[in-house]
Amino acid sequence: MGSFPDITTKLGDYVEQFVDFLDLSLEGFFDFIYIVSSQIINSIETALVWMPWWSFILVIFLLGWYFKSIFSGVLYSIFIFLIGTFGLWEDMMTTIAVVLTAVIISLLIGIPLGVWMAFSKGFSTVMRPILDAMQTMPSFVYLIPAIFFFGLGNISAIAATLIYALPPVIRLTELAIRGVDKEVIESAQSFGSSKWQMLRKIQLPQALPTIMAGVNQTTMMALAMVVIASMVGAQGLGEQVLVSINRIDISLGFEAGISIVFLAIIIDRVTNGIADKLQKHRRVSE
Amino acid sequence: MTTKIKLENVSKIFGAKPYSIIPMIKEGMEKNEILEKTGHTVGVYDASMEIKQGEIFVIMGLSGSGKSTLIRCFNLLNKPTHGSIFIDGEDIVNYNSSQLKQVRQKKIAMVFQHFGLFNHRTVLGNVEYGLEIRNISKEKRQEIARENIEIVGLKGYEEKYPDQLSGGMQQRVGLARALANDPDILLMDEPFSALDPLIRREMQLELLDIQERLQKTIIFITHDVNEAFKIGDRVAVMKDGKVVQVGTPEEIIEEPANDYISDFIKDIDRSKVFQAEHVMIKPNALVSMKDGLNVAVKEMEENNISSVFVVDRGRHVKGIVTIDDAITGIKEKKTLEDVLRTDISVVQRDEYVNDLIAKTLESKFPLAVVNEEEKLIGFILRVHVLSGLVSDDVNESIEYIG
Repeated sequence: MGSFPDITTKLGDYVEQFVDFLDLSLEGFFDFIYIVSSQIINSIETALVWMPWWSFILVIFLLGWYFKSIFSGVLYSIFIFLIGTFGLWEDMMTTIAVVLTAVIISLLIGIPLGVWMAFSKGFSTVMRPILDAMQTMPSFVYLIPAIFFFGLGNISAIAATLIYALPPVIRLTELAIRGVDKEVIESAQSFGSSKWQMLRKIQLPQALPTIMAGVNQTTMMALAMVVIASMVGAQGLGEQVLVSINRIDISLGFEAGISIVFLAIIIDRVTNGIADKLQKHRRVSE
Repeated sequence: MTTKIKLENVSKIFGAKPYSIIPMIKEGMEKNEILEKTGHTVGVYDASMEIKQGEIFVIMGLSGSGKSTLIRCFNLLNKPTHGSIFIDGEDIVNYNSSQLKQVRQKKIAMVFQHFGLFNHRTVLGNVEYGLEIRNISKEKRQEIARENIEIVGLKGYEEKYPDQLSGGMQQRVGLARALANDPDILLMDEPFSALDPLIRREMQLELLDIQERLQKTIIFITHDVNEAFKIGDRVAVMKDGKVVQVGTPEEIIEEPANDYISDFIKDIDRSKVFQAEHVMIKPNALVSMKDGLNVAVKEMEENNISSVFVVDRGRHVKGIVTIDDAITGIKEKKTLEDVLRTDISVVQRDEYVNDLIAKTLESKFPLAVVNEEEKLIGFILRVHVLSGLVSDDVNESIEYIG
């Protein structure tokens, strides 16, 4: 009595069929993405691993010093050094490579999409629910089709990370472009700027500080995905966390976990520092 | 002066279906009624005017009167819903985008209320912008930009960013940026409203100074009557999207088209609008040097006045004789020259009443008003100056006194 009637919809099945269909029909496309992503991630990782350990710490120190303060520079260097002492140096490099690749691809896709949304109300209306879905769908859910398209490994991790990390940069780019002062736009128009000149010389530079805030958000979200992504075979710090869960290894789990926190702090502060610098000077060379 | 810009029945309506509103306005529906019934805003309705080459044409109105909407029609930042805009005889309303770009790049430049500066660029970067998008070489455009920065008095600030400058200086950058394109027409949308009064006055004078040198056609928006009458060669008054009156400042003060305008100009400082020639009286009687004292007395008696100006053959003022002096002179057998008083004040026809107040108080005699060739064209009594300051209708008071 009162139990739900025997009606079933097979939405999940339809999605599965759709994914199958995509896998078959867009095979070339997914291969292309796979190759591009592998190229990016491999070159970043090779470069990072090739760097002598002290020069990497020096780079982190300089970034911290330039964008925040000398104290921050020193603190961030200590963080990195500590991660090394945990024996997680190589894992850290892999994680940085995965995150950077995801962020670079996010920006390449996200900024143009954001600009398009700012210019087209229709496109914006279509995109909004999609972005909402991307952000609220539990992130484990995209892991399955990711494996389907790219197999186990870093590329699947990047694909899953992209879906989660892409929305902030798109949203904030749209917001930033729409938010450029009306009179500034009018004055650029009144001089007879073409649409392209307007975008390149006025709107994007004016929007840049807000877009940087989006980049910051995107980077943080990519980092937050590191552990989840390790479930589809991503290596690096996330993998170590997963391993420690399986072995119930408190010490490894804490070390890998705190390493992710250290990275998060450094990346957050540095990207914020870049945004602040842009806000302050607003100087963008052509 | 040739006509530079001509507006014919220009209307601008905002909303989903602007064209459907035109017939409603023609039937005489009011702005508020249209907004309530259809959700459309009437920005400008049926504005027609001619603006001459080289004049400063001021469009004045309270906020919401449509003046900012109208000025944006001149460079099609707002494309009129109806009507034509002729610049140098060509209707620009239906220009395609590349023609429009040409007009904006070469003929018209605009200065904005809140400056509209690009704060990610230096002063130099701002001023050269208009030239940069025309693909003029870097050297050439920076040279022109530097010249214009100097014209507006900002030499030495080229590498500063807008937020490092005061409001007045920022608007100078805005002006330099507009001038750098060497446009025929300068649109100024309440350019000095955001500045404090002292800086505003300075900028007004500077604009007049620059205009004297460059002779652009300037369309200037303001809500400030004093500013409008100070810098405008002609003024258009707008209300509720309609142009209610167009005329020189003197014409508008002397004959306001309706109560709205009378109300608007009530607070105007008349002494800074009216010039000597507006309050003077044309002399009925003049005495020539060769005429002699008897003629002078006769003239004064006939016209019922107590003193008369004496001029030479070229109508240049020589002095004044009073009735007392003349009668005493005749008794003592003196000549006109003997009794002639030369301690009179002579003023130019375009001196402002404001500057005449002190002179009328100091002088025992009427002020003599002369034109550019120093010929006598009228005189001013103390009472004329005062009536010019207070009365609603200057002519009436003058008749009463005369």
